[in-house]
Amino acid sequence: MPPEMLFLAALDGLAYGSLLFLVAVGLSLIFGVLGVLNVAHGSFYAIGAYVAASAVLAAAGMGLPTWLAFPLFLISAILVGVVVGGTVEALLLRRIYGKEEVLQLLVTFAVFMILEDAQKVVFGTQPLFANAPMNWLGTIEVFGIYYTNYQLILIPLVALAVLVGLRLFLRRTSFGRAIVAVTQDREAAMAMGINATRIYLFTFMIGASLAALGGALSSATTSLTPGIGSGMIVLSFAVAATAGLGRIEGAAVAALMIGLGRSAAVYFAPEFDVLIPYLIMVVVLLIKPEGLFTTLQTRKV
Amino acid sequence: MARQYLIGAALLIALIVFPVVSPWSTVILTVALCEGLAALGILVLLRAGQVSFGHGLFFAFSAYVVAFMAAASFGHEVLLLVPIATAASGLVAALVGLFIVRYRAIFFGMLNLAISMVFFSLLEKLFSVTGGADGKRVPRPTLAGMTLERETFEFWMFYITLALAVTAALGVARYLLSPGGKALEAIKSNETRLEYLGVSSRKVLYGAYLLSGLLAGLGGAIIALVSGHVTPELAYWVRSGEFVFIAILGGVGGVAGPFLGALMFQIIRGYAAVHAPETWHAVLGVMLLVIIFFAPSGLYGLIAGRKRKSAPKETAPKETAP
Repeated sequence: MPPEMLFLAALDGLAYGSLLFLVAVGLSLIFGVLGVLNVAHGSFYAIGAYVAASAVLAAAGMGLPTWLAFPLFLISAILVGVVVGGTVEALLLRRIYGKEEVLQLLVTFAVFMILEDAQKVVFGTQPLFANAPMNWLGTIEVFGIYYTNYQLILIPLVALAVLVGLRLFLRRTSFGRAIVAVTQDREAAMAMGINATRIYLFTFMIGASLAALGGALSSATTSLTPGIGSGMIVLSFAVAATAGLGRIEGAAVAALMIGLGRSAAVYFAPEFDVLIPYLIMVVVLLIKPEGLFTTLQTRKV
Repeated sequence: MARQYLIGAALLIALIVFPVVSPWSTVILTVALCEGLAALGILVLLRAGQVSFGHGLFFAFSAYVVAFMAAASFGHEVLLLVPIATAASGLVAALVGLFIVRYRAIFFGMLNLAISMVFFSLLEKLFSVTGGADGKRVPRPTLAGMTLERETFEFWMFYITLALAVTAALGVARYLLSPGGKALEAIKSNETRLEYLGVSSRKVLYGAYLLSGLLAGLGGAIIALVSGHVTPELAYWVRSGEFVFIAILGGVGGVAGPFLGALMFQIIRGYAAVHAPETWHAVLGVMLLVIIFFAPSGLYGLIAGRKRKSAPKETAPKETAP
């Protein structure tokens, strides 16, 4: 294989891995703090994509400038996270913290079923395509092949900003530290005057917003069809599990690994591109069952 | 115990009589039994506190085995197709199980989901082999050497499925009472203590996983024969989710539960097809939430469990009185 091909595959993988990271880091953050694996996470991604695409199309219909799409992406992501995510947490998840993991899985699975149909009702089943923001940013030539600046530069930059931003937020701000405190010892944190209920709600909103942001950014690159959420939940779980659930920096590494692996497969064995993420996950989990970046915990009798 | 048998017997009699009274219902009831078999597999795993969102894998695998064998006119015979296809999905469960029994709860559920989604994508993508999203047609095979008309075939398939389902249900009930089944419950309540007793929890779960894969495979093989068509949708997460839904709806308290759940599921599906065709999975989701929060023991528990639940409460004060 020619070395340029490898390089081009790497560029593709970077864009794909960055999107994956945005969704997976939300899943991982929610699991790390709430202890709940949110099966409905894929729906937040899908709803984020649909809301963003509808907003962009509506804005274009009103004759507004195209650059407005980028703030719209951010706004729709936050909107989805706060409204949909907030509702789910406040109405349902709040009742099941500390219950059996199977029960938690079932509840979020039920939410997933409801949201998948809700999005069909609201946004219809016709494919939605809003690629104006991607075209507006123009293209760049690498080894004679044109890449969109949107995929090659913007998406990875956003992912990087989220990674650095989350790290700073969790370590430097008082609210972020409160989140970490609740994660480590909920009772002690509450004794210190931290409102754990509020922390859970906001963490879930942040996680859901990140998934929606991933969806919003992806909306410009592909046409949206029902069912994109179900593919995303298994993929983002693969990333989060490979990294170790609850690991933020780890999720970035795992997302990049899986992104690169998958785009390499697209170039060299296109029928099996769907297999690669899971193969990576299975190999990692066989060697380190808790994921790449987790230390083993002692079991309690 | 007596109530368990009573519910099982009542359900069985209703099922035996119903197709004779109304022949239109045979196919629907056969489909319900097949889904009940898969849900019975989910019940076995739920006893160990594990849930699989990927049993569509075994369901679809044996359905496709039936489709391939029937198309190749090799073993064009129900009595041959069903055991072979079931055994094939058992083989897949034996392979997947080696990996999956290392994990619990979230990982167990999600890895099952991931594997079934991979299988689903392969079924869709390898068009030349599997027929892609359109699936494959399953020509009607002979039954015990006889070539039957559609309606006679469906009629007999129903009773064969019923007999298989009853055998499977009794077998599972027996298994759940056996030391292996008791150890399975211990995985849910306290796995570490189980291991201190010298029992390998992985081996116990492996046995249960194999059994649940076989049950789902049996259901899938029959559904392929009765519907005469297989599509990748059989392996889709929606299908796996329906099995979990049926198991929870029916209740995990007894082996009749999944079949009660599957019949109820058909009724819901029938109504939803008329009143909410676009949103009927949302209806299922809402019902799932209602069951989880308000009737965690399912339909079976509503019928059988009410007396049993209140009994310990009455006896408790007497014990502490002296």
